[in-house]
Parts: sequence; structure tokens; C-alpha cells
Amino acid sequence: MKAGISRKMEWSLLLMAAPFILLVIAFNYVPLFGWVYAFYDYKPGIPLADTPFVGLKFFKLALEDGSELGNIIRNTLGISALSLLISPLPLILAILLSEVRSKLFKNIVQTITTLPHFISWVIVFSIMFSLFSNDGLVNQQLLNWGWIDQPSNPLSDSSIAWYVQTAISAWKTVGFSAIIYLAAIAGIDQEQYEAAKVDGAGRFRQILHITIPGSVQTYLVLLLLSVSNMLSNGFEQFFVFFNPMVSEKLEVLDYYVYRVGIQSADYAYSTALGIFKTIISIALLFTVNFISKRTRGNSIF
Amino acid sequence: MKHSKTDILFQIVNYALLVTFTFCCFYPFYYIFIYSLSDASEIAGNVSFAPVGLTLHNYTKIFELNDIGQAFLISLLRTITGTAITVFSCMLFSYLLTRKELVARKLMYRSVIITLYFNAGLIPWYLTMRMYGLKDNFLLYILPSAIVGFFVILIKTFIEEMPIVLQESAMIDGAGYFRIFRSVIFPLALPIAATIAVFQSVGHWNAWTDNFFLVRDPHLQTLQMILWDYLNEAEFLAERMRDMTSMGNVSRVEMSPETIKMTITMIATLPILVVYPMLQRYFVKGIMLGAVKG
Repeated sequence: MKAGISRKMEWSLLLMAAPFILLVIAFNYVPLFGWVYAFYDYKPGIPLADTPFVGLKFFKLALEDGSELGNIIRNTLGISALSLLISPLPLILAILLSEVRSKLFKNIVQTITTLPHFISWVIVFSIMFSLFSNDGLVNQQLLNWGWIDQPSNPLSDSSIAWYVQTAISAWKTVGFSAIIYLAAIAGIDQEQYEAAKVDGAGRFRQILHITIPGSVQTYLVLLLLSVSNMLSNGFEQFFVFFNPMVSEKLEVLDYYVYRVGIQSADYAYSTALGIFKTIISIALLFTVNFISKRTRGNSIF
Repeated sequence: MKHSKTDILFQIVNYALLVTFTFCCFYPFYYIFIYSLSDASEIAGNVSFAPVGLTLHNYTKIFELNDIGQAFLISLLRTITGTAITVFSCMLFSYLLTRKELVARKLMYRSVIITLYFNAGLIPWYLTMRMYGLKDNFLLYILPSAIVGFFVILIKTFIEEMPIVLQESAMIDGAGYFRIFRSVIFPLALPIAATIAVFQSVGHWNAWTDNFFLVRDPHLQTLQMILWDYLNEAEFLAERMRDMTSMGNVSRVEMSPETIKMTITMIATLPILVVYPMLQRYFVKGIMLGAVKG
């Protein structure tokens, strides 16, 4: 009798879970079948069945296509490298914040610096444009003060485009990312600080010998994760800040997949690029996980 | 307490750095705000610390453009229904996944986790959504994000830490799974539900790429998308407003492309600012939970 009840309950459980697992399959796994488009010379409007199978043609094209893809990979990796370079900034902000005595001041700083994380890239673009364009506040103010003779717009200066975008994404993310380090720092045993004080260590030495070692583990995990994300700079930022003046420097892989796929409707080539990106990213993820296991004795996922 | 000279110097530099960075994060929002409250015809050189010719005219004028009001509603509807669907689905699904008697439980959970580490890519996604008939469909905004892998991990961990006795005594009382979910699990897991609701609602309010790729229907545009269009067409829009004014509309004040941009930007930002204090409380919690797990 008991078995009968549990069989019935098993069914009701499965029935309840079914719609959700179907959603997961429909929106995460079914699109994977779209990968077949990369192996056909597909043109929108013609059914896939009537389309010639071309095997790895588009993957070869991607690799041969030295001129265009080469530059895109350079931009993608260059910008990712810069973001790795600034990756200690949230940790630094968290350390500086943890040295503040006044709770009110700390709260104000935290509240305001996390705000940019919560606005869309469209709004970020709107704000940056109103500040830095030729007619924007900064140029006009500098002209008024006579510090410069003519306006210059950093958003359309290709020689500094990578740095400008890195700075903008720092502005958007540093405050928010600091939260996780604040949590790590809050977890450090207070007695260590007391002991250091007794030994006569100043604030600076306490940071160097207690706070940093206490939060560096968290930093390393996040650093490894961002290494595995090297190929994803994100589409939104580079879409909104894209303009003809900086196109040479700001066309990253995520943008290129869009331009080839949606703008030029070259579905096959764009899909091939997407597959290529996914496979490399997963390989990177396993690599960094392996490194993490070997060096820290801890896997990151 | 004694302070050495270097400690004092350190504190001065520390505060200076923090104040500078905070200013950099605050001023841009303030600038947009005061610009949107300024009178376009009186802005001669610049707005910098206070509105020039304080007026709410820009706002009333902007809402005369029907598409802004409509887009605002679409975004609001998307945020509310989308968040409700995600919270309900992730909570119930995670609960079911904690039940040991669920068939293929591990397989289901793993298939959710794997989604965190890959995606099919833009074109396969685009074609699949079109195949489902979600092109120009409001459901495109809310259905694909019903189950979010990261949330499922958070909630499942949270529920597993609850004492199992609670569920068992309810079960002895003859309550079914849904009943237990509704009257035992959900009320107790409310903090985590609030956290994911906060994350998801911000995500929905700010989302625009799905709209950009797949929705052309003018009645289904989100506020972010309309903002983007206007940022690119502000000149044209200012012209249109002048025409509206000259066609017998009594208001005499004009809008410049800049005031239009600033005002729409402010409208798209305001809801975030309004719920922000609440956000703060929950996202810190959410991140801590994530950190413990990660």
C-alpha cells in the first residue's frame, strides 16, 4: 500500500517538474540544434533540406579570413587583457572602504558607487555621450576655462578606444564587484588585527599582511573565471559605443557575430563563429579549473 | 589611541580617493537630472550645478509622445510579469529538485547547471525563437528567462538547509507537494525569493537586446529600446516637437535634442533610483549567498 502511494506521488512530482524542465530544454538545448546551420550553405528563405552541405567550409573560412577575424580577435583579447589588468580595482576599493571608520560615510560611498551597475548600457551610453561629446559638459567646461582650444571627443578617438571602454566598464562595475570582497574582508578574524596592533603594525602594514592575504583567494577565483571569459566582452557595451571612427578598434567577437549574422544575414558563418567561441570558452574554463585544482587544491565550479 | 603620521596620511589619501570616485559615480546622474529640469531656451552655455530655468515642461512634453508612455508600460509589464514568472518557476522547480523521490532528479539538476557555462550563440538562438513564433511576441520577453540556472542553485541550497521536519509533519497531515510548497517552503524561503526578484526585475527593466533582435512591432517596444532610438534621432525629434508646438499647441517652450535625450534617460533611470534603497538591502544578501556557494 505504501509503495502504491509513493508511486502516485512520484508521478505527481514528475508532472509538476515537467513544464520547467521543458522550458530549460526549449530555451537552452533546442537552440543547440541550430549549430547544424554552420555546416550548410544556408540562405534565409530556403529550407535547410534544399541547402548544400558544406562540412567545415565556414570554419576554414574563419581561420583563413586572416584580415578581418585577425583584427577582431586582437580587439577582443586586447580589451579582455585590459580588464584583467584593472581586475584588482574592486579589491582595492573594498580595502579602502574597510579602513573607513564612519559607518554613514561608508554607506554613502557604497550606495553611490554601486548605482552604475544597475543601469542599462543604453543609459550608460547616453550619460557618457552627454558628458564627453564635443558639445558635452566636459569639453564645453574646458573650453570655457580656456584649458583647451578645441573640443575632442574621447568616444570617437580610435587611438584610445580600448582604454576608454575599459574605463567606462570600470566605472560601471567596480563599486558592485567590491561587495564580494567586502564580504571576504568582513570574514577575516579580528584578533589578527589586534595582534598586529600589539606588535606595532600601522594601518598600512596591517593591510599588507592581513587584509590582502585574507581576500586574495576570492580574487584569484574571480580572476580565473574572467580568464575563461576572455572571448566574451559582451555585446551591449560594444554595440552602443560603436561608431565609424572607432570601428577598427572596437569590433569585438560578440559584435562581429551580430554584424555577420543579423546585419549581413550570413547565418552559417555567424553560427560557425559562435561555435568556435563556445568551444574555446569551455576549453578555457576547464583549463583554468585544472590550474586552480593543481595550484590551490580547489576547483572553481 | 595613538596614530602615527603615516596612518594619518593614509587616512587622508583614503578619504580623498573615496570621495573622488563617489563623485564620479554620482555627478553624471545628477547632471542628467538637472539638465532634464532645465529650460532648453535658457540654456546658454551649460548646466553644471543647478537647473537653468527650473521647469517640469520637458517631462510633460515627452509624455505627449505616445510611444514613450506606451514603452514605459511595456517595460513595466515586462518587469512585473517576467519577475513573477521567474520567481515562481525557479522556486517551485528548485523545491521539486530537493525532493529525493523525484525521478531523474540529478539529471535534471545537472542539465540546469550546464546551462550556466555555454550558450548556443546568437543566430541559433534567433532562429529558434523565430521557430517558436516568439518574433514580435510579448512572451519573448518573459518566457526564456523563466528558469535561471544561477537562481536554481541559490534556492535549492537555501531549501536544503531548512529543517526537513517541517515538510514531513505537513506531509503527515496529508498535504500534497504544491500545498507544502505554498504554505511551508515559500514563506520560509521568502528572503531568497526577494533577492532573486530584485535581481530579475532590474534585469528585465534594463533588457533591450531581445527587443532589438526580434521585436519590430511598434506597440511592443521597451523603454530602453525607445531611448536608444531617440538617442540616435533626437535632432529629428526636436523638429517634430517644434512642429507640434507650431500646430496650435499652446506651450511656447521648445525642447532641444539635448533636453530630449536627458529627459528620456532620466525617465528610464528613475524607476531604478526609486527602488534602489530596497535593492541595496537584498543584493548584498544575494551576493553573500552566491559567494558562499561559489
